[in-house]
Amino acid sequence: MWARLRATTPARIALGRVGHTLPLDEVLRFQLDHARARDAVHAAFDTAALAAALAPLATIALASAAPDRATYLRRPDLGRRLAADSAAALARAVVDDPAIGGRDAVIVVGDGLSATGVQAGGAALVRALVAECAGLTLAPVVLARGARVALGDEIGAALRARVVVMVIGERPGLSVADSLGIYLTYAPRIGCPDSARNCISNIHARGGLTPGAAAATLGRLLRESLRRALSGVDLKDEGGALPSHHHRLEPPDA
Amino acid sequence: MTYACDFAGERHRFDSLAAVMACASPARSGDELAGLAAHSAAQRVAARAVLADLPLRHFLNVALVPYESDEVTRLIIDSHDAAAFAPLASMTVGDLRDWLLLPAIDCTALAAVARGLTPEMVAAVSKLMRNQDLIVVAQKVRVVTAFRNTIGLAEHLSTRLQPNHPADDPRGIAAAVLDGLIHGVGDAVIGINPASDSVPGALRLLTMLDDLRQRYAIPTQTCVLTHVTNTLEIIARGGPVDLVFQSVAGSEAANRGFGIDLALLREAHAAALDLGRGSVGRNVMYFETGQGAALSANAHHAVDQQTMEARAYAVARAFDPLLVNTVVGFIGPEYLYDGKQIIRAALEDHFCGKLLGLPMGCDVCYTNHAEADQDDMDVLMTVLTVAGCTFLICVPGNDDVMLSYQSLSYHDALTLRAMTGVRPAPEFAEWLAAMDLIAPDGSIRALGAAALVRRLDTSGLDASGLVV
Repeated sequence: MWARLRATTPARIALGRVGHTLPLDEVLRFQLDHARARDAVHAAFDTAALAAALAPLATIALASAAPDRATYLRRPDLGRRLAADSAAALARAVVDDPAIGGRDAVIVVGDGLSATGVQAGGAALVRALVAECAGLTLAPVVLARGARVALGDEIGAALRARVVVMVIGERPGLSVADSLGIYLTYAPRIGCPDSARNCISNIHARGGLTPGAAAATLGRLLRESLRRALSGVDLKDEGGALPSHHHRLEPPDA
Repeated sequence: MTYACDFAGERHRFDSLAAVMACASPARSGDELAGLAAHSAAQRVAARAVLADLPLRHFLNVALVPYESDEVTRLIIDSHDAAAFAPLASMTVGDLRDWLLLPAIDCTALAAVARGLTPEMVAAVSKLMRNQDLIVVAQKVRVVTAFRNTIGLAEHLSTRLQPNHPADDPRGIAAAVLDGLIHGVGDAVIGINPASDSVPGALRLLTMLDDLRQRYAIPTQTCVLTHVTNTLEIIARGGPVDLVFQSVAGSEAANRGFGIDLALLREAHAAALDLGRGSVGRNVMYFETGQGAALSANAHHAVDQQTMEARAYAVARAFDPLLVNTVVGFIGPEYLYDGKQIIRAALEDHFCGKLLGLPMGCDVCYTNHAEADQDDMDVLMTVLTVAGCTFLICVPGNDDVMLSYQSLSYHDALTLRAMTGVRPAPEFAEWLAAMDLIAPDGSIRALGAAALVRRLDTSGLDASGLVV
């Protein structure tokens, strides 16, 4: 009977007992899943490898003001701003090639809380997004280390992009450590409220959204955002329900 | 007004009462993020020395969050019970610490002063107390509440069965509920966090839980933890609402961020009382809180996160809740960085809630980006149980597959009972005994689901719906 019950949920039910506690194999299985999630949180984002995977798409590699992973986890405010040298480099790039400014959209890939996620699934998702953006003008893809969602605001503003599309690694769970999320923000500027964003989450290969399905949703939202010159709570996706937040105390952004 | 002291040959000055409170707090990432933390370890101790000498009365005269612009402050000041405060009226914060620790000060003495204490006073005294002090004093407090069973009796520990499912699948949730019941979990509440948030969805889950509870005559209460406005709508549609759930915080602005105010909570409280569904008591509210909630909404008024958390308890106690729990490690490492900070914060929250008269429980938990693991949770669940914690949240195998974080397991509840001898609520324990789930030594029998279902069936009930 437990086999039938277990098939109804990914939850760890019917684990058995040794005395009052768990059998050792379940303890080790849990520890391995936690270890994978921890490794994903602490993995370094190899922007050069992702740039190579995205070639021939043009890319720009930048870093947030969070100098290391430990600081990044304690100081989300630093992950929302570019490091001084990255901000200067981005400004220089716009001066050197004014054509990259003022595009319809810029796609930013940030490590967020799972560099493992963007390293594994970032290239496929970006290619699907680019295909979905046919007919729109795109800035070079920005690869950002130490990124929170709002880092896209400063990048989008520097590039004078109409919309910033932030692809970011989501907080790893025990069952999925490489899930990605996409955040769309119209008229990005430093200090954009979260209510001005639209989110597509749970993009991963273990029962989550496929890159193609996520890109199709993003394409609809992006065109509607450009047409109506807004994003956030007033922009709804008619093609399917967006995940709604639950009413626990809000977890931190990715 | 400035606050200052000469401490070990050095002069320390603090610009405000809020600065004294923040600097006196044990180190934590959220206060550092807010720019409120002590600049040095020595300054932290100096702030405690300043705090120790402040009269308790000072907190009635100096508001950390302005009275005029904040309804939580108005609630705290306007509901302050001067008669209950009278025995403490001449004390300093340091005096209060010493008084609380006197062996002669028992549960009766503590209950008598609860309505005379403000959240700011209990937050202040907690900053002068070591972990063992927080445990010793909380252990003396007795807060008993009731709905379909009696929660908070001495030597008892209740548990919330949290059977979340990533797609709200009713069969998957029922399977997790059955697994929890086999482990003797679920007397505080069987409570689901829904993955998708809609009134029809919540009503469907609530109806499923209520059918299950009635079919097996389980003396407990059920809850779908959705927004209070959704619950009001469910009540209007005739849904089987036992408890009204809501997250609450310590300032009017932070509560606005949750989409609530005190008037809305009053409306919901009255609506749930009108249903009259409790059999042994009329506590109908369930609140969650957590350090960092106000800061994350940028509604902390430059007050440290532990003090803001204690202020949330003033909101909770205005509504005679059945259950309150801090979600301590859930909010993330930018507020509580590691196991040490999570353990300290949980003990503070439990102590402050209990001293203010709340049925305080805890979600002993952490996220994957915090520097914490199950070993830290083993320590925390044990010290909280020793401290007399009202209830703990339990999920299958420590893994919440919907909220993606780790909490206690059903097995952890078994371990706590075996280690410390605590028991579930008496009405629920009787039901477990009737199901033959209690071994002669008082522990929970290892029993297969099939055996439980057979017992449910032979008790004249039809379990077929549960094992579709």
